[in-house]
Amino acid sequence: MARVDEPSPSTGGVPSPDAGVVADDGPGFPPSEEENLSPAAVAAAERVALATSPEIMSDSLGAYAQSWFARVRGGESGILPVVGGLLLISILFQSLNHHFLTAENLVNLLIQAAVFMLLAMSEVFALLLGEIDLSIGFVSGIGGIITAELVKQNYHWSWWAAMAAALIACAAIGFLQGTIITRVGLPSFVVTLAGLLGWQGVMLLILGKGGALPINDKVINDLASAQLTATVSWIVVLALVALFGIMTWMRDSRRRGSGLVAPPASLTVVKILAVLAAGVVVVLICNTNRGRGKVVIRGLPWVALIVLAVLVLWTFLLGRTRFGRYIYAIGGNPEAARRAGVSLAWIRTFGFTLAGFTAGIAGIIYASQLRSVSTALDGGQLVLYAVAAAVIGGTSLFGGRGKAAHAVLGGLVIAAIANGMGLQGYSAAAQYTVTALVLLAAVTIDALARRGRTTGR
Amino acid sequence: MTSLAGDNGAGKSVLIKCIAGIHQPDHGRILWEGHPVHVRSPRDAAALGIETVYQDLALCDNLDIVQNMFLGRERVRHFVLDEESMEKAARSTLASLAVTTVRSVRQLVASLSGGQRQSVAIAKAVLWNSKLVIMDEPTAALGVAQTKNVLELVRRLADRGLAVIMISHNMNDVFEISDQIAVLHLGRMAAVRPAAEMDRQTVVDLMTFGRSDRSPSAGAGAQTGTADGASG
Repeated sequence: MARVDEPSPSTGGVPSPDAGVVADDGPGFPPSEEENLSPAAVAAAERVALATSPEIMSDSLGAYAQSWFARVRGGESGILPVVGGLLLISILFQSLNHHFLTAENLVNLLIQAAVFMLLAMSEVFALLLGEIDLSIGFVSGIGGIITAELVKQNYHWSWWAAMAAALIACAAIGFLQGTIITRVGLPSFVVTLAGLLGWQGVMLLILGKGGALPINDKVINDLASAQLTATVSWIVVLALVALFGIMTWMRDSRRRGSGLVAPPASLTVVKILAVLAAGVVVVLICNTNRGRGKVVIRGLPWVALIVLAVLVLWTFLLGRTRFGRYIYAIGGNPEAARRAGVSLAWIRTFGFTLAGFTAGIAGIIYASQLRSVSTALDGGQLVLYAVAAAVIGGTSLFGGRGKAAHAVLGGLVIAAIANGMGLQGYSAAAQYTVTALVLLAAVTIDALARRGRTTGR
Repeated sequence: MTSLAGDNGAGKSVLIKCIAGIHQPDHGRILWEGHPVHVRSPRDAAALGIETVYQDLALCDNLDIVQNMFLGRERVRHFVLDEESMEKAARSTLASLAVTTVRSVRQLVASLSGGQRQSVAIAKAVLWNSKLVIMDEPTAALGVAQTKNVLELVRRLADRGLAVIMISHNMNDVFEISDQIAVLHLGRMAAVRPAAEMDRQTVVDLMTFGRSDRSPSAGAGAQTGTADGASG
């Protein structure tokens, strides 16, 4: 249908480095030796290189590694600081206390981290929109309270009904706050701050002063305390890795086949092998006996599967659905989204609803860990840890950039610090200080690294 | 290919936004392909085949080219985004417009130069089988070489059979690619004439005074003025 004046340069597969070089509009990348390059042209090429994921530009493992290093040097370090930080923390605490890297402690750490990871995943929804939700700490408390109340003797609901009711209630709270933010047009900071205060009041009302609600339901308590058997752990983890491997391989090779942008085959293999290695390591650690004396405890904790399920679901939602796409669009340029016909109000409201829902999951896990809910729950501190975890993991406070996986990594860092310092017997004061310093360090590294970049925030 | 010219405050952007469904006109009719239509929202405009490329481009920096081109109208298969078909469509659209400088459609828009971003915004308009593409100052922020590329792109659109309305302050751009020039003056249409019948001074007169007493000789750029001849 189109009469094209110039020959189309459409190439199948990944475009070759020399295709489409037009000198006046910014050079193609990499610029060839023969061109007379102005500093501006070189800078432009570097800018393109930095802003693009090495996956889409490389056609071999070697090229991928090269461009990855270039990006790290140029400031796009991705999750490298977090991983580096985790390594540093591990080395530091292990040198201070040889119990840090024991199987028993690591599994404890994982269970402690679950709450931070879930709360951070909840906060990611708000942060991606360019907003913030300060109420999720106490909303999670409400979730725990509802669960605990309903399984009590006088109501005696079954565990799944109680959990469902709690999750629906927390989602409704998120929906309410989201509606006020979008329809009345108030800043999310203010509305969720009111939520923080208000839901704390509701908690005190239900629990009474200094009160606590113990949980006697075995299933609920087992969520955070129990584990799969050793054999089942292996089966489950290997099955999940196999599923991941098959899906990733099929998707990447289909894309390669149709000539779409895809990572080289060697990279896909490396990814799958890395996930396999991680899975094996996790199961080995969890299957080491961590019981004391005659009691034998081994196996993957249930809570790990719960966190994994939430991670997979939210990653899918954010990355592969229209709703997720619109969340990123609103975070990046709300006006552009509006003009494209995206309903800002609905997407934002639903984002806050999901934040509330995820906070509810976190609250149930927290209650399960403590086998009770009490007024000692510090919702303010929890939300600040959640924001810190999300940011340390790599989510931007200004919206539009971040993933659920960032929350998981950041939650691990926060929990590692808390765990390590607890092992050393440091006071709460020291722990707060260290966490504060780590948060500042993480954001500073990111900000300094970004100074050289001209792309986005 | 119609250029819409007019001084600041003449009403060019408002007129465009009425056609695009962002503002509702108080009086008058919009005739589309001979029939009166009501354009109540951007979605109505898109349904008719009207696409708008705004001056600020309305692109999301944190998304890549494919995601921007399909924003709001993603293709979905079983509730999951159909990335493959969207990517293919984006690639073929860019190729058909001979946009050769973009290395990969999966590049973040933040990494593109001004001219490339403008090309992506225009390609987005073309992707949706539009019949009318409206552009608001497409070359305002561009350098000389980039302007040339974008103007060629716009001319290609017109040659493909798309109707194009371009708002522009730049008389060079206007006379380079327009078939027809419409001039607004203080909210009223001062003239709509073929570009061949106008010259720069006439257009400036129309913009400034709302009328021009000149009847230019054939071809743009003629400077002879004649005393007689009313113009509309």
